[in-house]
Amino acid sequence: MLKKLVTGTVDWIDARIPMTETWNKHLAQYPTPVNFNFWYFFGSLAMLILVNQILTGIWLTMHYNPSAEGAFASIEYIMRDVPYGWLLRYMHSTGASAFFVVIYLHMFRGLIYGSYQKPRELIWIFGMFIFLALMAEAFMGYLLPWGQMSFWGAQVIISLFGAIPFVGDDLTLWIRGDYVISGATLNRFFALHVIALPLALVVLVFLHIVALHEVGSNNPDGIEIKQKKGSVPSDAKSKFTFHKQYSGKKDIIDAIPFHPYFTVKDIMGVAGFLIFFCAVIFFMPEGGGYLLEAPNFEPANGLKTPDHIAPVWYYTPFYAILRAIPDKLIGVVFFGGSIVILFFLPWLDRCKVKSMRYRSWKHKLNITQFIISFIVLGVLGALPATPLLTKIAQIGTIGYFGFFIALWVYSKNEKTKPLPTRLTFK
Amino acid sequence: MKKLMIALVALLPTLVFASAGNVHLDKAQYDLSDKESLQRGAKLFMNYCFACHSTGYQRYQRIANDLDIPENLMKENLIFTDSKIGELMVNSMDKKEGVKWFGNAPPDLTLEARLRGADWIYTYLRSFYKDETRPFSVNNTVFPDVAMPHVLEELQGIPTAIYETTVVDGVEHKKIVALQSNEQGEMSSDEYDNAVLDLVNFLVYAGEPNKLERESLGVWVIGFLIILFILSYLLKKEYWRDVH
Repeated sequence: MLKKLVTGTVDWIDARIPMTETWNKHLAQYPTPVNFNFWYFFGSLAMLILVNQILTGIWLTMHYNPSAEGAFASIEYIMRDVPYGWLLRYMHSTGASAFFVVIYLHMFRGLIYGSYQKPRELIWIFGMFIFLALMAEAFMGYLLPWGQMSFWGAQVIISLFGAIPFVGDDLTLWIRGDYVISGATLNRFFALHVIALPLALVVLVFLHIVALHEVGSNNPDGIEIKQKKGSVPSDAKSKFTFHKQYSGKKDIIDAIPFHPYFTVKDIMGVAGFLIFFCAVIFFMPEGGGYLLEAPNFEPANGLKTPDHIAPVWYYTPFYAILRAIPDKLIGVVFFGGSIVILFFLPWLDRCKVKSMRYRSWKHKLNITQFIISFIVLGVLGALPATPLLTKIAQIGTIGYFGFFIALWVYSKNEKTKPLPTRLTFK
Repeated sequence: MKKLMIALVALLPTLVFASAGNVHLDKAQYDLSDKESLQRGAKLFMNYCFACHSTGYQRYQRIANDLDIPENLMKENLIFTDSKIGELMVNSMDKKEGVKWFGNAPPDLTLEARLRGADWIYTYLRSFYKDETRPFSVNNTVFPDVAMPHVLEELQGIPTAIYETTVVDGVEHKKIVALQSNEQGEMSSDEYDNAVLDLVNFLVYAGEPNKLERESLGVWVIGFLIILFILSYLLKKEYWRDVH
């Protein structure tokens, strides 16, 4: 009786929208490479954090007052008078940093296994737009508590646009809506933070996944699990049933359905991640002054500059590049260029082999120096600039851009190792 | 204005990080679970600090509840304005008057412990010394040329600074090496340190009244997540048996 009711309802819906079809196509019969390793947890974790940010954000918005007079006090109202307001706020503030942690690791995964290469260029491009939207989202969100670091951090970053020739001053005025950062700036940042950018993020994430499911995931070996129809002997084919959209045109090897295998695996990843995430929320929500900066416990004051204005940690690598260049305009160009160049990665890498596992020692060395440069720049961006540290930041900047230039040069005729015919487990 | 902004921005990369100089800070061994200490701290705060410094983001009622102070005692002994117990703890000092009297309006102290840290407050309140060149005849080694008078003078007395003179490149440098009590306070040096510690404890509490609740809840949350992780690992292993 109950079963009949359920199947009846499902049939009724399926006759109207493709519910079961979508479920099968994208989850239950979606072919996923069997050898995903640790680095493949971060996509689902990014999704989890997006949901966390949206939900906690909605509840914070219910109590937050987006005005220069009331913003700071309303945060303290949330922290003290709203039941579990402190938890909502720490989940949101820690979530912002966690978002960048998982996104950076997610990008690193794409980098080492060549997931940006043909035919996945658009996945990478959508991903980069997500990264860009996320940076804007976090930047605008950071102004909302209206503390000293909110105010002066925004002041520094917005003033960068002033370096653009001819239109710079008008542009900064247009962004701020005032001659200084003021309530007008706070209000527009609030609007962009709570609706415009989240909406853009959700759309971009959707496109990112649509693009991913069209071509399928890469994997740590960087070889395709979809082979030419008829090229694979029947005993080598995957024993699982896949949707005909995938199995109709291609022979599928070494794949398993996303659901239930990767849903249960990702649940495990989520539980593991939440241990670290909640440890920060409950035991060190200020993150040693890197997640919530001490000067931000003082209300914004346009007449009093803090001793040390540092951006939040996730911007520091790019900020270090900005500071490493003595000329302001050129600094801003490099600052922008350091992000723009990432968009071109699929075309800068001309090698046919994707995964680092089967590429040359030059490539491994280049990736290693890139990661070291990036981390060193990140540390330097948070520290006061001294002549020595600026020198190191300049070397780091060369390392950062050098990665892309070197990649473009050696990848054309790179000496690679032979690729396996089947996925391996390492 | 525009020029000022441009100058500011141009200077930023270099100026930004001129640091404020490092002063040695004593460690404040406060204990948020010590309610008696918090009560003594609240009493000190309301009697000595509150006339000038509000803690305008917290409510009297919250303190009474958290610190186990009965409401009637709170009303009689710790509310000096005509505020109701549910109201925010704002004093009656006018900001403009504050500027007139001290040169700066005394800041709100609700979040002072999160802004400067407990050690800073602990050391600061024990670092006033006699200096006739200052408007209130006192100065402070942690916060040089501070606008605030030594409000706790009746408890501590006013220490005198002991200087050491060094000559570097023919220029004399006077440096304070110690502060010596003038024995004029109501409290001994140890008693005064403990009183300041109570006050610091209260300010740390005021900065984040939920801290203890947060940490005790956190233990349960992490415990739950560890169990969830183990179970989800076993579930994953069970499902993946037919893959390998």
